[in-house]
Amino acid sequence: MTQFSFLNLVREAFGGQRGWREQWRSPAPQAAYEVVIIGAGGHGLATAYYLAKEHGVRRVAVLEKGWLGGGNTGRNTTIIRSNYLWKESEAIYEHALKLWETLSRELNYNVMYSPRGVMMLAHNVHDVQVFKRHVHANRLAGIDNEWLTLEQAKEFCPILNISGDIRYPILGAALQRRGGTARHDAVAWAYARGASALGVDIIQNCEVTAIRRNVAGAVEAVETTRGTIRTRKVGVVAAGHTSVILAMAGVRMPLESYPLQALVSEPVKPIMPCVVMSNTIHAYMSQSDKGELVIGAGTDAYISYSQTGGLHITTHTLDAVCELFPVVRRLRMLRNWGGIVDVTPDRSPIIGKTPVEGLYVNCGWGTGGFKATPGSGHVFAASMAGDDPHPIAAPFSLERFTTGRLIDEAAAAAVAH
Amino acid sequence: MLLIRCPHCEMERPEIEFRYAGEAHIVRPPDPAAVSDEAWADYLYMRANPKGLHAERWRHIHGCGRFFNAVRHTVTDKILKTYKAGEPKPDLGAFATSADR
Repeated sequence: MTQFSFLNLVREAFGGQRGWREQWRSPAPQAAYEVVIIGAGGHGLATAYYLAKEHGVRRVAVLEKGWLGGGNTGRNTTIIRSNYLWKESEAIYEHALKLWETLSRELNYNVMYSPRGVMMLAHNVHDVQVFKRHVHANRLAGIDNEWLTLEQAKEFCPILNISGDIRYPILGAALQRRGGTARHDAVAWAYARGASALGVDIIQNCEVTAIRRNVAGAVEAVETTRGTIRTRKVGVVAAGHTSVILAMAGVRMPLESYPLQALVSEPVKPIMPCVVMSNTIHAYMSQSDKGELVIGAGTDAYISYSQTGGLHITTHTLDAVCELFPVVRRLRMLRNWGGIVDVTPDRSPIIGKTPVEGLYVNCGWGTGGFKATPGSGHVFAASMAGDDPHPIAAPFSLERFTTGRLIDEAAAAAVAH
Repeated sequence: MLLIRCPHCEMERPEIEFRYAGEAHIVRPPDPAAVSDEAWADYLYMRANPKGLHAERWRHIHGCGRFFNAVRHTVTDKILKTYKAGEPKPDLGAFATSADR
């Protein structure tokens, strides 16, 4: 693997850029692996990377039905923040945020992490109370989050409409300055490149069709469209399709899969210095480095695997966006799309063991998984490598739905669903 | 947007008149205190979430206000049947061939 460096960039610039090699290998699947990860999105690739890097597990395969990073990793709105309410969530999202801060260096790949600030708007008394509660909870946990008055919010994002005459006037905002965005594809590519260099086999266009178990019930192999692969440890990191994969092993999950939509505008000159989210009127927006406004909408009401969604959902969001940012009213939208998100009853992820021996799961990130990518992979790798879950992952066990120790983040999850 | 036939009003109406209410035919254990924690968690939280045919509850919230059930394919979003709450769950296998077309 060629290291990216200033020297290499200069050398390639003078050499016609002909010296670059493929960033990761594309091997044929071997007959057996120590660990098989199902799903080559950001979370799955990060898991494989940390398994190889920190736990010395070298015989790892990542199986991907389609192409690498083509699911929700390539479909989200790239927002990163850690201002969740409960200490369990604060721990995992802040763990991820800290990894984001040094990720480009760690992976020798520019993931374009940009801590430009995430501002969450309050439109009514309830919003103000909830966000202030988050601000205080975060401060006690050592996580930056501050309350902005209306004028301060306008100063932070000058295109914001703070008029009192709109349908849902803004009353104030919570701001996490260390929050921001990153380049979503680069995250998948960087982890793929890093994992591949450590010996992980990334096998694309390889769909898992069955999970085979021995007489004791433990995992012994996965059947795929590219043959049988023997393994004693399977990590399912399949986002919206987790229920489908786990049904192959007879495991029922507390998940429902919904389409979540997003859209981007034509590119314009820089007009927006930060990320703005409005949970109450269902809109969030930031500007990519290409100049496109990246806009997130809500989920559809019903479960679906269609990777599309009702137009009335995006229309509803655009109504809100036009009111909050009148400057964008005449902008054209270039594309819209949907991703299938797996939502848990408490809006918190599930990380760890399943009732089947050797079968692990990392799912339920719902509408906000991108921000957690490095932390999720990091703690899931530790949980799969050892017998005990990583302390940060432990509260997010599947058993919490039986014990009742739910981690209710419905308010922090932000997206309407 | 889906077009949904309300079996009470006997009319096809746009989705925004309705509210989705999750998987259908989940029966509450008659004596909650008597069931195990696992069985109670299964009732409360575990869902089939199938990629394929799904029997689900809808409510005609901006119409007659009544609950009914629908059989929908979760990949095509095509609704194959709606029927009143209380009617037995249809044999999803019988729909499979028509839905896959």
